[in-house]
Amino acid sequence: MKPGHGEILLAEGDVEVAEDERRLIEAFRRELDSGMWAAVPTERRDGRREAELVKSFGDVPRDAERVIFFPRAAGGAPDAGRGRAQASR
Amino acid sequence: MLLALGTAAIVLVVLLWELARPHALRAFATAHARARSWRQRVRERRQAAQLGYDPGRERRAEQRARELLRSCVEQRDWEMYRDLGFLRVWGGVGERRHAAGAPYAYLIYPHRPIVAFVPQTGVLLNEYCVAFPDHTRPYGSARLPDSDDVLAKWMALTADERGLIAQANMHLPGRQIDPEQVRRDLLRLTRWERERDELGATGIVRAA
Repeated sequence: MKPGHGEILLAEGDVEVAEDERRLIEAFRRELDSGMWAAVPTERRDGRREAELVKSFGDVPRDAERVIFFPRAAGGAPDAGRGRAQASR
Repeated sequence: MLLALGTAAIVLVVLLWELARPHALRAFATAHARARSWRQRVRERRQAAQLGYDPGRERRAEQRARELLRSCVEQRDWEMYRDLGFLRVWGGVGERRHAAGAPYAYLIYPHRPIVAFVPQTGVLLNEYCVAFPDHTRPYGSARLPDSDDVLAKWMALTADERGLIAQANMHLPGRQIDPEQVRRDLLRLTRWERERDELGATGIVRAA
């Protein structure tokens, strides 16, 4: 998520392809190192949707379609924000 | 003789200056203002070029954010946000979290505090002020598009409710959002759900 821009595609690829996976891992680490949170939107069998925060690339479900990066939450007046970046896989 | 001529010349110059001074000062002020305006325009153009300013950018960003939000939340929740401008998320842990019998729930507004309330009674519990600041640009950074802010809160709440609440600044209801407005929103939500359920029962589905 990027302020004023909305969604930005950071990287995409197939985790089964070694080169793609390496690129996805690099993008993942870069975003977390810059202070972003990573979340994977999930859908349960009963259709309920929620998100799962992941802290390492290994925590990302292999069948996840995307990882959404967004700024870490901070307490305070809700008048500031920074947006998302997205890595599709 | 020379002295008289010199004196006359000086007097003449002074008189001419006195006559011309208002015009000269006015012309100088006008030229100065034009130069300042020109420098301002150049500076603005330079800044706009550096920032890549695009007047339609925020609107397009919001459209993308709405599509992303729509792709992440349940259809019912998306329609709630589309129609009412906020999202309700059930609170608590375990299975009750997703049921109407949840002990409490949250209303998520874009760029406003999260409001906790008791679904059964409508009693407002707390406001949780939480933001998603750009840590790389702590001062003067732009905001997330509205729907991205809602999505960020939704993801954080559904993934780690306790963590998000621990990060937030908690206040009594009314600190930033008028409690009457929240109560009206809860009434709107109740009415919206009733109408939606009635439409669903009759098989009418509104296009998203």
